[in-house]
Amino acid sequence: MSPGCLPPLAATLRHDGFTGSLTLIGDEPYEPYDRPPLSKQVLDGWVPAQRTALPVPGDLDARWRLGVAATGLDLARKQVLLADGEEVAFDRLLIATGVRPRPWPDPAQAALDGVFVLDTRDDAARLQQRLAAGPRRVLVIGGGFIGSETASACRDLGLAVTVAERGPAPLAGALGRVIGAIAADMQRDHGVDLRCGVFVTALVGDSSGRLCSAELSDGSTLDADLAIVALGSQRNVEWLDGSGLAAGPWGVGCDSGSRAFTLDGMVTDDIFAAGDVARFPHPLYNYEFLALQHWGNAVAQAEIAAHNMISAQTDRWPHLAIPSFWSTQFDTEIKSVGVPSFADEVVITQGSAADRRFVAAYGHRGRVTAAVAFNQAKWLEFYQSLIERSAPFPPDFRGVDEPADRRPVPAGMPDRPIPGDQATVEVTGHNPGERRAALVRRRHRPGGRLPEQRRDGHGTAQSL
Amino acid sequence: MAMAQPSLFDQVVDFASRADPYPLYAELRRTPVSRADDGSYVVSTYQEIVALLHDPRVSSDRRHRADYAEDEDEFVPGLPPSFIGLDPPDHDRVRRLLTRHFGPPHDPGRITSMTADMADIVADLIGHLAGRTSCDLVEDVTYPFPVTVICRLLGVPREDEPRFRVWADAIVSSIDPTTGDLAARKRRRLHAAADLASYFGELIDAGRDRPGNGMLAELVADDGPEGRLSRAELMSNSSLLLIAGHETTVNLISNGMLTLLRHPQVLQRLRRQPALSARLVEELLRYEPPVQFLPNRTALDDIEIAGTIIPRGGQITLVLAAGSRDPEHVPDPGCFDPDRPDNEHLGFGGGIHYCFGAPLARIEAQIALPELVRRLENLRLAADPPPYRPNPLLRGPAHLPVRFDRIAPAPATRSRDQRITEAAAPAGVRTPRYRTVPAIMLS
Repeated sequence: MSPGCLPPLAATLRHDGFTGSLTLIGDEPYEPYDRPPLSKQVLDGWVPAQRTALPVPGDLDARWRLGVAATGLDLARKQVLLADGEEVAFDRLLIATGVRPRPWPDPAQAALDGVFVLDTRDDAARLQQRLAAGPRRVLVIGGGFIGSETASACRDLGLAVTVAERGPAPLAGALGRVIGAIAADMQRDHGVDLRCGVFVTALVGDSSGRLCSAELSDGSTLDADLAIVALGSQRNVEWLDGSGLAAGPWGVGCDSGSRAFTLDGMVTDDIFAAGDVARFPHPLYNYEFLALQHWGNAVAQAEIAAHNMISAQTDRWPHLAIPSFWSTQFDTEIKSVGVPSFADEVVITQGSAADRRFVAAYGHRGRVTAAVAFNQAKWLEFYQSLIERSAPFPPDFRGVDEPADRRPVPAGMPDRPIPGDQATVEVTGHNPGERRAALVRRRHRPGGRLPEQRRDGHGTAQSL
Repeated sequence: MAMAQPSLFDQVVDFASRADPYPLYAELRRTPVSRADDGSYVVSTYQEIVALLHDPRVSSDRRHRADYAEDEDEFVPGLPPSFIGLDPPDHDRVRRLLTRHFGPPHDPGRITSMTADMADIVADLIGHLAGRTSCDLVEDVTYPFPVTVICRLLGVPREDEPRFRVWADAIVSSIDPTTGDLAARKRRRLHAAADLASYFGELIDAGRDRPGNGMLAELVADDGPEGRLSRAELMSNSSLLLIAGHETTVNLISNGMLTLLRHPQVLQRLRRQPALSARLVEELLRYEPPVQFLPNRTALDDIEIAGTIIPRGGQITLVLAAGSRDPEHVPDPGCFDPDRPDNEHLGFGGGIHYCFGAPLARIEAQIALPELVRRLENLRLAADPPPYRPNPLLRGPAHLPVRFDRIAPAPATRSRDQRITEAAAPAGVRTPRYRTVPAIMLS
């Protein structure tokens, strides 16, 4: 689910004059709620998990089908199948099923008492209780945004915490190795036992099924009674199997107006996708298909989708917003505009990395594609305008708080995964009217290791 | 050659325009970046102002001006500029140290813990009007209220008001270009600023021997991880907090009462529905902002904006009041409408210099306005327009003569504390809406 999508979607539909019937389907029993606090204020106890409800306009006149999952889509009959057997007919459908955390790959180890993933507000409430009870040591598996924010909340609570990150630095998947190194210093300064370049090979329970330790790839063993699995996300697309839509591990492909593609690569006119699950082409990024798993994208794209769902062909809008996200961790506000992973170089343009107050601009082949601020967010509108204008990189201006050294360095981005790699397609038929593509499902290797591509978590973008 | 007509901005500055500068702002907006007669660049449209507020090529430090000379008497000898005139990283450091004793995360309860006191101060000031049927709202309520509040907040003796009022008036009037040539104004400002700063020097030294209450005492003894402000820094910045902490709020509340009296249906609504005050104050900040423009910004590089190049060293004035009424930004901008959805205004500026005292000013206005309209029965203006203060930047009535039938009694219970807390801007977790609006809404 990406519940963040639903209020802006529904509100925009009604605001734009849609008077027909509106059905909102979600597998969680709650009305839409705000997820970002779940890894921040909820964990350290500042905000109760149930106080995260999103404002929903009172006059939506919508039918809510909460607590029941969609299990199938019949494009020909224009019906959504629900888990309770009901079929919901539609003229237009928006797919906003979002993502869920990638689970710990070994189900028996994942079931140990003390092993958590952070997805729903129920997860956050349970985790908050366990953190408040004072575990001896928390192991955070994965140093992306969710892992880092969770580790920060643990330190705020005074808990001993180890972060195990497979890559060279925390946040390196989203922000690159150079800025990741600054995040690493930040974590260590805040007392995190940060271990990079290692991964957890096994979670070990005691005789009563409680987590007691973890084995790491460097051969060491770590005592921990609570583990938080923060290995990125996977998309909620299984319910679309066999629907004929271009839906797979990469998400749901759609055009920049949110219209979903079929597996044949044709655009549909009545099926739309938005939010974490959608993957769409962005002209500023070489028309590559982006999957943006950020709060702001869910809102902006849902508004575009809503508009297009009730507009004539010539009146449709493209989703051309500049991506943006933020994270709060270790007393630092990290904010980003653009797509940092779409970069080969980075340069600090304002402030000081040593003080952890700076702006870094990212460049791809000589133009500005992103900027990231640590505790300097108020300058980012300027950088957004540079991105919008495809301004030259490195940016050349005289401004306040200039660092002595303004030479760009390689950003140290990991190789960008190619999600399409995960799709195997067969084309059948001979006559043009009969040609069709079909997805061949690859099975995961039995007992397989973690999928290699897990850099698509909160706050990062992938391109197809 | 005939005398050229003064520029539009110089006409705004002219006292004759004080009661209603808005038609001139509408003309100004036709040229988003225009020139004042002194050569400075005047920016009057919303998008362009927002862009420059967030542009690292724009400095707030006067020492970067093309016409700045080292030997100029710009600053009081031995005193650093206050943080309003600094750029990062110095600005950020001073602001962080001050914020530690003013708001979250270090001191989240500072303002809310004062709301009951604030309500009492307003109630007492209004109570003193009992038996009368006319008054000057500025002299009787809207001036003494914020002064008393800022004194308590900082820990400045209220009885010193007659002393610092003279310096504050001199400093504020020196910003006003109508009060003499630049050199004369600078001399007056420096003189008053030096007196005010040394007054704070005395308070700081006295506080070291005998710690008192309030921000000043805490700042003197600050033991935070980044150390504390130096004595000189504290002198400049407490001078700023004292002046900026009440001058603008006086005008916000005075402008607010004037606007309400000109919109009786809104005034009646506020009487019935005090919780309207939160939205009402936001609309006031857009419609009649107490800070009309920000002068003294300097381009550190050539800046191209709206088809104009502001050259390096050029002086920039951001006309916030014109931007908040830009029809390209807000529909029907000349209409005073407290129900306006998504009211994004420039009333508190934006970017890193976003008004430090915004949470305090908001609460003060949210407390004073409903109480005034509730207790002054059958309130009406005795003069419209009222006489204005000369200053075009910190714009507001010098006096606000009103008539009323009687003063309603003060509420018997203290339940108003609760009402005020509810009426205030949402606290705690920011609602998601604010995350997508420009950073201007986020302090």
